[in-house]
Amino acid sequence: MPKITYIDHDGNERTVEAKIGESVMETAVKNSIPGIDADCGGACACATCHVYVDEAFLAKTGEQQEMEKSMLDFAENVQANSRLSCQITVTADLDGLRVTTPESQH
Amino acid sequence: MDLSGASRIVLIGGGQAAAQAVQSLRMGGYEGTLTLVGDEPALPYQRPPLSKAYMKGEFAEERLYFKPAAWYEDNKVELILSTRATGIDRTAQRVDLAHGATLDYDALVLCTGSRPRALPVKGGDLDGVHDLRTLADVERIRPKMITGRKLVIVGAGYIGLEAAAVARQMGLDVTVLEMADRVLARVTSPIMSAFYEKEHRAQGVTILTGARLDHFEGKDGQVTHAVMADGTRLPADFILVGIGILPNAELAADAGLTIDNGIATDRDARTSDPRIFAAGDCASRPLVHYGRNGRLESVHNAIEQGKLAAAAILGKPRPPEDCPWFWSDQYDLKLQIAGLNQGYDQTVVRGDPDERKFAVFYLRNGTLIAVDAVNSPPEFLASKKLIMTGAKLASGVLEDTSTPMKDIAAAAATA
Repeated sequence: MPKITYIDHDGNERTVEAKIGESVMETAVKNSIPGIDADCGGACACATCHVYVDEAFLAKTGEQQEMEKSMLDFAENVQANSRLSCQITVTADLDGLRVTTPESQH
Repeated sequence: MDLSGASRIVLIGGGQAAAQAVQSLRMGGYEGTLTLVGDEPALPYQRPPLSKAYMKGEFAEERLYFKPAAWYEDNKVELILSTRATGIDRTAQRVDLAHGATLDYDALVLCTGSRPRALPVKGGDLDGVHDLRTLADVERIRPKMITGRKLVIVGAGYIGLEAAAVARQMGLDVTVLEMADRVLARVTSPIMSAFYEKEHRAQGVTILTGARLDHFEGKDGQVTHAVMADGTRLPADFILVGIGILPNAELAADAGLTIDNGIATDRDARTSDPRIFAAGDCASRPLVHYGRNGRLESVHNAIEQGKLAAAAILGKPRPPEDCPWFWSDQYDLKLQIAGLNQGYDQTVVRGDPDERKFAVFYLRNGTLIAVDAVNSPPEFLASKKLIMTGAKLASGVLEDTSTPMKDIAAAAATA
């Protein structure tokens, strides 16, 4: 199973195993990763699963859809590597993925 | 009452609110015993996908679970599933369970949820007449979701329309019966109702508004027709009933707790008994942005009240109270709703419904109180902020699509 490392705002790292086909958000929630609220459960409805994707993996995480882009536009501290983690599906290619959670989701 | 010394916490119910409270209690440092009693067999799971992606069979049941089984073990949460709580003895601080066991508590959280309103017509108990609320309901419905089958849906609320969209996408022949003169009549404005009605009709759904259902007819115990008051017989291989939900407040009422269209709670999700909290569909609460009390049927509310209850038990500061929000997915339309539109005296439309990307704002005395945003996240997210600040908006501002919503929200914040 691919491994994903979540890094919190203070730099603490947690590495967990992810299931192919689930999202980077679901993987976080099921492993109680702090800093990802995901209030809507992955419906791209709440913008509370914002992460920064390690530049090396950015291309592999796929294209942002318009819905995600416009949701992210309202998140705090958005960067070029910002994504909503509910919109990134885990693939074998993403083994070793590193994402950082922002200071706050609200 | 200071409950920070509590060492026995019991939760009744296994939905979104209970899952959140359990998580918030453990993440908040609570180390005592934590017991969740749920009357369904499955691990606590998310309900929204039941009328959406899960109904289509797009993924496995495990994916609905908030946490895998191992999480409950690792976090020492005792799950008592397939079990109903039958009584609360507030003096003894004890909950009675259906099989005769009892649980003592220092703090109790009622997350008993809601149940579908029953349709009081003859034939409502025939095989093939379904509610859509639980995993078990969906397990019964899914094998019938086959191209060409005839489905009659009673009630054009969000559940009914989401199910209609899924069924149409799967090639079923779908008829929706609505008693009111428009779809979504209880929850939205005529503009939105007209939009969704047109959309469903364009997708091939038959929508009958002002419909007077008389009874269901069956053969060998299996439903075959919905029969209207005027005698029209609509053939049906199966029926879905989605005419609203009722709060499960009986356990609380029997225990003498104050009931007010649901279990009455304060801003900390505390009931009239200081050791007992209530969260989610079963509870009514102060709606702080609206100056009244009300009961909300939503994921946001369940999560927030779960967090409020946990914080109050642990003696932590009250978590933020967000503007109520909701969503509904139908076809490729994402509807995002912020606020509560009851009592609006003005609507403003931004964008063009024909482009399937627009928002309807609801104002009272020039203040924004709610928005329905179709495929329009900026309108939804900016409105959440505008509703919470209660800023007055100059006329003409919201409909001006040349000014981004972000700028409108920023201008109102500094006004």
